[in-house]
Amino acid sequence: MIRLLLWTLAGVLLGGIVHLSSVLVLPRTATQDAYSRLEPITPVNAVTPLPVPAPDNTVLPFMDAAFAVAVCRYDLSGGPLKLITPVGQAYMSATFYTRYSIPYYAINDRAAGRRTVELELMTAEQRSQLPEDEEVTAADRLIVESPTLTGLVMLRALSPEPSFMPVARGLLAAARCQPNQPS
Amino acid sequence: MRLVLGSFFAFVLAAIVGLGTTWLTLARGTAFGGVTIGAWTAWPKTGTPDIDPYARAVVAQTGRLPIGSGDGVAFYATGDDQGRVFDGRCDVTLSGATPPARFWTLTLYDREGHLVANSVNRYGFTSQEIVRRSDGSFDVVVAPRARGGNWLPTAGVDRYVLVLRLYDTPVGVASRTGREATMPAIAQGSCP
Repeated sequence: MIRLLLWTLAGVLLGGIVHLSSVLVLPRTATQDAYSRLEPITPVNAVTPLPVPAPDNTVLPFMDAAFAVAVCRYDLSGGPLKLITPVGQAYMSATFYTRYSIPYYAINDRAAGRRTVELELMTAEQRSQLPEDEEVTAADRLIVESPTLTGLVMLRALSPEPSFMPVARGLLAAARCQPNQPS
Repeated sequence: MRLVLGSFFAFVLAAIVGLGTTWLTLARGTAFGGVTIGAWTAWPKTGTPDIDPYARAVVAQTGRLPIGSGDGVAFYATGDDQGRVFDGRCDVTLSGATPPARFWTLTLYDREGHLVANSVNRYGFTSQEIVRRSDGSFDVVVAPRARGGNWLPTAGVDRYVLVLRLYDTPVGVASRTGREATMPAIAQGSCP
């Protein structure tokens, strides 16, 4: 009887370890996370508009129905990227997610404070390889460091009323996400 | 032989306990650091790299992209102020005001996060299109049948979730308690 109790105790303790490790491993093994869902419908390193959220087309769950959304699925293995998006009358934002859907940076139109938002996206390693003087001269360059080599940039433009949806979508259609050519 | 049987028993038990608790916590959407104001709860940390492992697992499993903390904050409600779970056949009234934000949106989803199809193609409201009183407060009626004013159709769906998203707002990780922020009161009224 004691023996059975001890085995049960061992099983429960081991179960706790299984629980914790499965929670930690799950994000790495999920096949239905946002990145995997967007992978088949978005080319890499380009801005792709997503369909307007509707009951019969839900690419991702819990999308805000009042926003036009475009996504840039990025891969920095070929070098840094440049993200350019125009700013409209209503609210718009760019949110940067890691490969595992963790938002690590977000900026909105007002914080950007210009007519266009221009950001450079690179890994910490690529940033450290930037020539030093270049970083000094371009004080107004916005550099975003990605913790992962791949990830997602979600561009969201608010349509304050349903009739503004084409305006919001048009705004995002002018957004660019492309390799950063040295000029 | 007893050792083999015993360890086999322990391993099977470990698998059941471990995976069972994982499944349960993910199904219930457990996350830490929630900020609750009335019937509304937000998880501001989910929008930052400090997201806890449970929220991380839920995010990966459901395929959602949490709103970034530099973007805004999302408040979720699945029931009214008395704790009664929303029923799409009942009339639910939201009344009051929202915390300061440049824009906010209110959206209705089913439990899986899909928009609910309805005859007027209305899935929510934005702060600009809502009809207000002279003091800036508003009422929203969430009901299966058409109403005057701000009517958000449920289409009679069984269970639903209301999400109030505040964009460009000071409400966020810093606000530990709900004292400084006021959220709309939610009352579930008559059911057929």
